[in-house]
Amino acid sequence: MHESVGQPAPSEVAVRCRGLTRLFGSEENRVYALRGIDLDIRHGELMMLVGPSGCGKTTLISVIAGILDGSDGLCQVLGEDVRAMNPARRTRWRGENIGFVFQAYNLLPALTATENVAIPLLVRQTPRPAALAAARQMLAQVGLAERTDALPGQLSGGQQQRVAIARALVHQPRLLVCDEPTSALDHQTGHQVMELLRAVSTSPDRSLVVVTHDARIFEFADRIAHIDDGLIVDIVARHPEDPHRLLATGNASHEP
Amino acid sequence: MYIVALKMLLGDRLKYYGLIAGIAFAAMLISQQSAILVGFTQQTGAFIRDTAQADLWIMDPQVRFSQDRVPLRDTMVQLARGTPGVAWAVPLFQSFERAKMPDGTSFTLILVGLDDASLVGAPPLMVEGKLTDLRRDRGVLIDARTSGSKLRMKNGGQRAMRVGDHFSIMDHDAHIVGSYQGRTSFFWEPVIYTTYSRALSFAAGERSMLSFVMVKLAPGADREITRRALQQRTGLAARTNEEFVQITADYILNETGILLNFGFAVLLGFAIGALVAGQTFYNFTLDNLRHYGTLKAMGVSNGQLARMLFLQVAVVALFGYSIGIGMGAGLGLLMSASGLAFSMPWQIPAVTLAAIGVVCLLAAWISLRRVFALEPAVVFKG
Repeated sequence: MHESVGQPAPSEVAVRCRGLTRLFGSEENRVYALRGIDLDIRHGELMMLVGPSGCGKTTLISVIAGILDGSDGLCQVLGEDVRAMNPARRTRWRGENIGFVFQAYNLLPALTATENVAIPLLVRQTPRPAALAAARQMLAQVGLAERTDALPGQLSGGQQQRVAIARALVHQPRLLVCDEPTSALDHQTGHQVMELLRAVSTSPDRSLVVVTHDARIFEFADRIAHIDDGLIVDIVARHPEDPHRLLATGNASHEP
Repeated sequence: MYIVALKMLLGDRLKYYGLIAGIAFAAMLISQQSAILVGFTQQTGAFIRDTAQADLWIMDPQVRFSQDRVPLRDTMVQLARGTPGVAWAVPLFQSFERAKMPDGTSFTLILVGLDDASLVGAPPLMVEGKLTDLRRDRGVLIDARTSGSKLRMKNGGQRAMRVGDHFSIMDHDAHIVGSYQGRTSFFWEPVIYTTYSRALSFAAGERSMLSFVMVKLAPGADREITRRALQQRTGLAARTNEEFVQITADYILNETGILLNFGFAVLLGFAIGALVAGQTFYNFTLDNLRHYGTLKAMGVSNGQLARMLFLQVAVVALFGYSIGIGMGAGLGLLMSASGLAFSMPWQIPAVTLAAIGVVCLLAAWISLRRVFALEPAVVFKG
């Protein structure tokens, strides 16, 4: 049973999408991956995007994270209009504000765990010794203090995802974008990863967007947006006292 | 990020070694073939350099290379001697002649006849005997360095001719009275020195026998003025040693197809290097595309990625080039020891480095286009 909750005020919003569309292909073969998304994600919120394959979840987080252009509509992230930024500015902005956790971890196989975690700092010209020290500290926070010199190939899937989480957080981003972070992991490890993600990344300044198919981790979400065919068809919130109880918040999407 | 780039490069050892091998092979092929070509070019002037004691060579304008004999009248020597600015002028005979070794082995030699009085034009270094031994009856000099192969008796003699042996030149008896240290020549035929008058007696009787007049300038004489005076007076061409070496090299390189063949081999080395290095580096980039996408997503700019790629290419180029040049020089040393043409002046490593640089820039450019076109959103594709 869902219960209604109110819309957030603009000052509380980390991500605001209004009528956001994304079109792929040319005139004859054009396909709308996003067909007018209206979505708000609050500061400090963990928002999950769920839906069937090909529904537009990944396209939506790509646009929110500034790695893909939206075709039309508004996409305001951390107070900035992502679509209005030029590519160089957007690359810089992404490096400073966004952290990524990928389904396949995307760790560089030739680098140690520490070196992988240090990359976002090195990108920002942090001196190498300082970047490595911060990376080691971050790895300790995710429980990998003993594996700092291990190569990704020497780590289990869960450990690799922990390294990826450490890498996503080391530069203190204000928005964390996670694509299927548990889909390559068994249930127990997936649960541990989500617990960790929730524990180390939750702060009033930082928001999380998690794309997932994995219903076993829904309990970690503050809200869950159901997407189908490029539209948000439903948004539900987790009850503040009962994680297994969901509250209806209404559907903000519309057809373009 | 440069360390990250290097670790990415070294992380895939197989491709890394493949890249270096491709570049090394190209560098070796380019440098080695160029060095052989330069070696041949230098050898074409061996006779002129061995004989280079004069400032100018007077010859028929139709002479195209050092062994191209267009006979002159003997009076040309006197005409040259009477030209202002000339210190001395001596005749020189040079011709291909038939000869026969003591055991009957036939061969062709290049017979050089030096001015009887001065012996000007003789090779600079004697190995056995004295230069003046040429004045002994039927005396000739042989090249000590090549006599082992070029003067080997094959009809039962089972050894090379040496000082003290007699053999026949155009059915005239010749006596080997000494040996000299000659330069390696492009021409295979052995060069035998004797006096001018004896050379004329050895050679078949043509009306004009003189090949060249070698002219030394008087102290303080202007070379160009003297050259013009000599040309006017004799109606012949007067060339410096370097000019004579150059026309000889030009003729042999252009008329024998050597330039075309070696030029093609050098181009082939360049093409193979470009292909192997380009293909391998492109594959390396493709394999790492997801990682480049990840870096892009994390805020690495196209400029930073370009610098990373160029660093990777530069490292591969440097190692590949060093190994290739080393191998080229090593092979060259082996070839030089066996008497084949090989010379590697500093220009060859420099040109090879430039060629390898172009190959690697090409490889980097192809890869870079792919990386630049890469949408960072690729990172979300499982």
